[in-house]
Amino acid sequence: MKILVGVKRVIDYAVKVRVKPDKTGVVTENVQHSMNPFDEIALEEAVKMKEKKLATEVVAISLGGPKSQEILRTALAKGADKAIHVEVPDAELPKVEPLHVAKVFQKIVEKHKFDVVFLGKQAIDDDAAQTGPLLAGLLDWPQALFANKVEKADDSHLQVTREIDGGLDTVKVKLPAVLSADLRLNEPRYATLPNIMKAKKKPMEKLTAKDLGVDLTPQTKTLEVNDPPVRQAGEFVEDVHTLISKLKEKGFVKA
Amino acid sequence: CRPQLSVFFSRYSMLSTRSLLGRVVRQNGVFRFNSTLVIAEHDETKLAPITLNAISAAGKLGSDVSVLVTGANASKVAEQVAKVAGVKKVLVAQDDKLKNNLPERVAPVVLASHKQFNFSSIIAGASAFGRGIIPRVAAKLDCSPISEVIQIHSADTFTRTQYAGNAVTKIQSTAPVKVMTCRGTSFPPAEEGGSGAVENAPAADVKTDLSEFISQELSKSERPDLATAKIVVSGGRGVKSAENFKLIYDLADKLGAGVGASRAAVDAGFVHNDMQVGQTGKIVAPELYIAIGISGAIQHLAGMKDSKVIVAINKDPDAPIFQVADYGLKADLFKAVPEMTAAL
Repeated sequence: MKILVGVKRVIDYAVKVRVKPDKTGVVTENVQHSMNPFDEIALEEAVKMKEKKLATEVVAISLGGPKSQEILRTALAKGADKAIHVEVPDAELPKVEPLHVAKVFQKIVEKHKFDVVFLGKQAIDDDAAQTGPLLAGLLDWPQALFANKVEKADDSHLQVTREIDGGLDTVKVKLPAVLSADLRLNEPRYATLPNIMKAKKKPMEKLTAKDLGVDLTPQTKTLEVNDPPVRQAGEFVEDVHTLISKLKEKGFVKA
Repeated sequence: CRPQLSVFFSRYSMLSTRSLLGRVVRQNGVFRFNSTLVIAEHDETKLAPITLNAISAAGKLGSDVSVLVTGANASKVAEQVAKVAGVKKVLVAQDDKLKNNLPERVAPVVLASHKQFNFSSIIAGASAFGRGIIPRVAAKLDCSPISEVIQIHSADTFTRTQYAGNAVTKIQSTAPVKVMTCRGTSFPPAEEGGSGAVENAPAADVKTDLSEFISQELSKSERPDLATAKIVVSGGRGVKSAENFKLIYDLADKLGAGVGASRAAVDAGFVHNDMQVGQTGKIVAPELYIAIGISGAIQHLAGMKDSKVIVAINKDPDAPIFQVADYGLKADLFKAVPEMTAAL
């Protein structure tokens, strides 16, 4: 089984983002970036599947500017065998939509015959949560999103437990399939120094969306980006008694 | 009769009767009605509340709202949907193959319905169900979907949030069909009082070999549903153990509240995953949100900062949660919470 894992370079989860004064987007220059946390989890699961001999090869793919290669090297250091960098100039990157990413992945899947595409459930920058189901739709493959547990059912099926609104559900999907990782699927490993050194020698294929024949014309225009409304400053209350009387005033507690 | 009408408009698009016939948009050089398809979510017996929010959102996209109900017991749910205000038509696809509404099986029904009625937009609530089905449908229509819309300005202009709610983005979509999910808490639930016509959805080729539903394990609770509760009491890492969460439940029960949790509390195993409030859990916007032993990380704030009144109980006066709290109590939760429960 060959697994393709999508990884995205995003602003680090701990950074408080700032909206640009001209309202065109958020400030990305000189801001700490890292691998999207959900993609780390997807990658970890793919590597574990290889360690359990369920998978034969794990390939990491990223679509983005030149710095996306750093993220791909991290993926290689964590256990991916190969990497594919689909380069998009930094200037064009903000206009790339999940649909474009899904189309690029589709071409790669068709070219290299993967059995599983494993993605994070959402990128923490655009919060779209679309690439997985878009790709499954394009390929006409089954999808198992928000995976909490992935097991082999038989040679041609995976059994996936998913995090849904009211709890969990379990589905069986026929291979090939698209999966997306939820937060509690696993605990991603850290890359060790020897593995980081080894990762430098692993192969990285470079190509462009144009090489794959994917048109990146956007269907969405950003009109403006604003800060969220600021909440009015609140107050500290002395004790429980005062708190309850405040809640009574507001009508939450019967007087 | 709408397909014929749209042909009519494509042939005689210069006719000035369109202002008389309600909202009509020009798309691909053709004038047509704004019509929206809502994909209903349900558990085979009753409609999921978020579908009512989606029906409200659909009303803002245009006047003509249809709802598609798929499932093994779809007719029963369709009767409920037909009574919702604003719903003109209910399309029903009842089939045992559609039991549990797997996305691989529902998508062909949505596409067959779209093929027949040529909707200008297709919408569902941004739940696990909606987030699974909407992009899958969009891919088939070669449309860029739009996730978790919080405001609808016109049939093609929307507001959504990014970066865990720290950037509010207004976008205009040029997609031939606007395929989107909406955030439930951003639109009021549609009320009763409609009399929509119920008819069968067009036949679709539903393949069953791709995926199979095995089982589900739903958390049972007598408390109000987290996503729609008027009051939510949430506990975080500070609660320290699953046993101590009883303090949170006791207070919630006195207030008739739903119970939520931070990621730390879920990761530590104090409570179940589906109680997580935040960027990657549930988005709530109750009248009152009480955060107990929660520091207020960016990812948690993303899920609750639209609450009307926020109360924080934390012993660390520098906890970021106090920056968004209307009322902050700097106290040890193990003393303050039982005291509060006793006083109510």
